[in-house]
Amino acid sequence: MTEAPTSPPSDGAANTGARVLGLYRQLLLIRRAEERLITMFADGEVPGFIHLSVGQEAVSVGVMSALGAQDTIASTHRGHGHAIAKGLPLDGFFAELLARDEGLCRGRGGSMHVADMSVGMLGANGIVGAGLSIALGSALAHKRLGREQVAVAFFGDGALAEGLLHECMNMAALWRLPLLFVCENNGWSEFLPSSKQISFALADLARAYGIPHTRIDGNDVVAVADAAADIVGAVRAGGPAVLECMTTRVRGHFEGDAQKYRDPDDLDALGPLDPIRVAALLLAGLGVEDAALKAVADEVESRIEAAVEAARKGHDPDFAAAYADVYSPAEAV
Amino acid sequence: MAEVRYLHAVNRALADALTADPAVVVFGEDVSEAGGSFGATRGLRGRFGEDRVFDTPISEAAIAGAAVGAALSGLRPVFEIMFMDFTTLVMDAMVNQAAKARFMFGGQSSVPLVMRTPHGGGLGAGPQHSQCLEAWFAHVPGLKVVCPSDPSSAYGLLRAAIEDPNPVVVVENKALYAMKGELPDTPEPMTIGRARTLRTGRDLSFVTYGAAVHTCMAAARDLAAEGIEAEVIDLLSLQPWDFDAVLASVSRTHRLVVVHEAVEAFGPGAEIAARMALDGFDELDAPIMRVGAPFMPVPFSKALEGAYIPSAAAVVNAARRVLA
Repeated sequence: MTEAPTSPPSDGAANTGARVLGLYRQLLLIRRAEERLITMFADGEVPGFIHLSVGQEAVSVGVMSALGAQDTIASTHRGHGHAIAKGLPLDGFFAELLARDEGLCRGRGGSMHVADMSVGMLGANGIVGAGLSIALGSALAHKRLGREQVAVAFFGDGALAEGLLHECMNMAALWRLPLLFVCENNGWSEFLPSSKQISFALADLARAYGIPHTRIDGNDVVAVADAAADIVGAVRAGGPAVLECMTTRVRGHFEGDAQKYRDPDDLDALGPLDPIRVAALLLAGLGVEDAALKAVADEVESRIEAAVEAARKGHDPDFAAAYADVYSPAEAV
Repeated sequence: MAEVRYLHAVNRALADALTADPAVVVFGEDVSEAGGSFGATRGLRGRFGEDRVFDTPISEAAIAGAAVGAALSGLRPVFEIMFMDFTTLVMDAMVNQAAKARFMFGGQSSVPLVMRTPHGGGLGAGPQHSQCLEAWFAHVPGLKVVCPSDPSSAYGLLRAAIEDPNPVVVVENKALYAMKGELPDTPEPMTIGRARTLRTGRDLSFVTYGAAVHTCMAAARDLAAEGIEAEVIDLLSLQPWDFDAVLASVSRTHRLVVVHEAVEAFGPGAEIAARMALDGFDELDAPIMRVGAPFMPVPFSKALEGAYIPSAAAVVNAARRVLA
């Protein structure tokens, strides 16, 4: 999966400093949040497994910039960026990853199952590809209920090998559902290069289902945002599309994975592709001062520190309350 | 009160649910144009339109997964899996997604979906179209499982399942589809988790569900001819199952035989027997017996299948053993 992007690089023509700075703020928020998680995980403060999206932030930020709060997304095990970009409150996010009762999921889901229905975030997912059919059903509901909303299914290139993707693409095309498939193609399927697992190009698969496919540079947040704006509009009006974002996985499959299977040169080559660096260069070209970037960085840092501190002060969840949520009471719907 | 077939009661429940709640949608393989492979959804497309009653591709995993997403986004999906054997293909959506969403999202959401699926042998349908796999679903926290035994419960439990905010598996025994029984003119939803006593007796209790209810009723009649009075408890719901009703029956009769068409090993009867052996120990005058299918795939040959499905004679034999 190393084909060149099919879309032109963002030319900045439609860009204003304020717009790009807004995207940059989101990129930085995700990056700094995950960097904070790296140290907290290493310190044993974050239990379980975490899968970081470092290097892939531009996909989350760019796609979400084209969505409204009522649009829905189904995410993956590598979903922190999707969650934060969709607008999950940072306090509830950190509290969930620290397994606190104050967490968005009251400490029962953790990193791989974080969700916030109030902002249309239908959940991260511990099963590769499972979010595809959830997003399909959400798109079905949007269409059936006559809403002007779209659903977005995020998935990695590893999920290209899952049969569910094929079932969902067929149904979405057949029923012309307002469903955007967003592939975060980072070239890796867990510990193996996807080239050793996937025998086809997503573009060809999309063509087989008659679904429009666009491949872009997923490390250029403006390219993603521009493409998403166009494509989401088309999906809202007329049916599914595939947006393939070529991006980079910097950390391992999971945090703590030393990536011994990976050529060190491969990792060294990622520097220039860093979406934050790409965005910062664009901002410099637009004449945005370093001081503005510094102000954003300070703001992001303080938001994250506040969220971490609040999460640390949280409480262990209560077993009886958890037990009571195995089933919904009859009056729940 | 009219006499209707089981299949008609299912159809009526779907029609009434579609009428009562615009969020209800019915989908599955061949449920719309063809009206269902067994005819359970016949006529619904004409009445409610193809926006609400629609056919899907042969894609069980995506059908079930779409139901989860639709249920999280405001619909009340009812989908059909043509044979329970094919629920092997829906397991991620049902077990990892639908069952857990409420819990793992901290109570933010409910997943009000219904999976209808027929189980059971007797039609010579062979090993991949006849299994009773309800124990799989009853084993998963977050799912409910019901198994109606006649037209009135087929109606009442399906309506209840559609109204329930939780994911519910409705298991219909396909050998019962043609069965006739009474259905009130204005039938009501039943309460999930409540058993009913179909026959009272002082000597032993048959606890059963689905098509095996009728096997137990036949066995009870045979035993009555010998002066042995068996109580027959129709569970109707397996998850949750009516522990209180079973314990009350055992407290009256002091002998228990659990009967189902599902394979005996690790079947629903194992759970019921274990619970009664613990909490009903003081009430029991004999070991608990289970009658279920042997540990064998469901065979095709009538000669084999006839021996495979638990018979009234097998139930009578079990009764004699607990009375000995």
